[in-house]
Amino acid sequence: MTQFIVSILIISGIGAVLALLLEFADRFIADYGECQIMINREKELKVQGGSPLLFSLQDEGIFIPSACGGKGTCAYCKVKVLEGGGPVLPTETPYLSADEQEDNVRLSCQVKVRNDLAIEIPEDLFLIKEFKVRVERLEDLTPYIKGITLAIVEPEEGITFKPGQYIQLEIPKYKLSSAPEFRAFSMASFPEEHQKIELYVGLVEKGIVSTYIHNYLKKRDELVMRGPFGDFYYQESDRGILMIATGTGLAPIMSILRHMHREQIQQKITLFFGTRSEDDMYCVEELKSLEKELPRFTYVPTLSRVSDDSPWQGERGRVTDLIEEHIPEAADLDVYICGSPEMVDSCLEVLEKKGISEDNIYFDKFS
Amino acid sequence: MDPINPLTLFFAAIFTNNILLTNFLGLCPFLSMSGRKKSALGMGAAVVFVMASTTALNNLVHYKVLVPLGLEHFRFIVFIVVIAAFVQLVEMTVERFFPALYFSLGIFLPLITVNCAIFGASLFMVIRKYDFVQSLAYGVGSGIGWMLAIIAISSIREKLQKTAKLPKGLEGPAITLIITGLLALAFLAFSGMIRVQ
Repeated sequence: MTQFIVSILIISGIGAVLALLLEFADRFIADYGECQIMINREKELKVQGGSPLLFSLQDEGIFIPSACGGKGTCAYCKVKVLEGGGPVLPTETPYLSADEQEDNVRLSCQVKVRNDLAIEIPEDLFLIKEFKVRVERLEDLTPYIKGITLAIVEPEEGITFKPGQYIQLEIPKYKLSSAPEFRAFSMASFPEEHQKIELYVGLVEKGIVSTYIHNYLKKRDELVMRGPFGDFYYQESDRGILMIATGTGLAPIMSILRHMHREQIQQKITLFFGTRSEDDMYCVEELKSLEKELPRFTYVPTLSRVSDDSPWQGERGRVTDLIEEHIPEAADLDVYICGSPEMVDSCLEVLEKKGISEDNIYFDKFS
Repeated sequence: MDPINPLTLFFAAIFTNNILLTNFLGLCPFLSMSGRKKSALGMGAAVVFVMASTTALNNLVHYKVLVPLGLEHFRFIVFIVVIAAFVQLVEMTVERFFPALYFSLGIFLPLITVNCAIFGASLFMVIRKYDFVQSLAYGVGSGIGWMLAIIAISSIREKLQKTAKLPKGLEGPAITLIITGLLALAFLAFSGMIRVQ
């Protein structure tokens, strides 16, 4: 019996000694001290060396996109490392083209901060932050869509985004969920307002986040959000603009319109906004007043489920029918489409048939 | 019987009892890393260092800890853990103080943890009852022997890639194994020339 115990103790002891040794080594040998990271030749960060660049930046509030969580498999976390990155590692080569390697592009999850670094990242990434927000307004816009306004508590400088982009809103664990959950919502407010954002949240059957927002969220609640994200945003041009939205897809479109109104951008704009019934329409007053203030803006609402005897004066049918009817062949237009994936896909089909250049079509599928 | 001279053992481990070509240990990294001479050299150098150190280290652990306590039957797990911890320690040190070497070795260094030639050397050391100096000589010799073999093969492979028109099915590991067999056959001629145990 004692033999058993002695064996176990000795073997565990050997393991413990080795573990202790490695722990000391980690503490003293792998101590890289404080390292400086120079970003875009202007911003300087001081970080504790020894961790991958991706995580060092994350700790400093700079969120490089990463889907795999730093395992070196998604290749989203590419950044330019100008100085101090060392040679490209075998774990990176499969993800970097010859041009990228020439250009000092690296996977930030594989580059360890061992010494001072100089890196270059897109300016937009600076803007992605984690925000603490407070619910300031909760309003039923339609029976199924709530408009919510969130005031940014932290950080003080607020959010900087392009009209059309989205944020990820996180809701705490509650009755229907086992952990905090987050979903993406497009901002409807104009980007010149940095301290508050507005979101339109549609109620999704059995949707954990939308149910929480519709039924549990109260004024003055505090939430966490991250952003801004997304490449669906207003592109400057002098072409005419066609906007197509259904349901909550109106949110990014409103952001673009409000931005254009504030900045007095005078482009010819047509908005097709489709819902099922008149009850599902919202922002109608504002869109009508925008029509007056932006002389070249036309607002065309359409209802897809309306009985023939209804007093509805506007268009009837789907937004795709409106494209068929109103948009000339091969029109030179910037097109912004936002709504359900099915709607976006059928619009793309119709636009292709019309011969409208897909280079100028931007869309955001809400699923 | 007289104890074997460590120097004799050192040369025996390189030539007459080459761990790769006569015992066929460490074949996995041997096959995968022998495509290019440069990486073969890096892997070889790492093996020499780790094999020399862990064989000596395991000799100490075996005769100073396990034998006095009557725990020799635990030598597998203890040796493996010692090797793993040692490799980890070496990697940390090299990474911190010799970054150039660290980058040139790349992923070869951690891969050595699971190189069976390393573990094999430690087991031979026990079976053949080497003392500390002999273990060290045997470890260094085996490491150099392994490196010699992988450099030889990688040179041949590099030449083959440039000149030979191989049937598709023979490319890569297949032809490497055949060449290794031929090389081993040559080394077999030396076997028994020097007593190693």
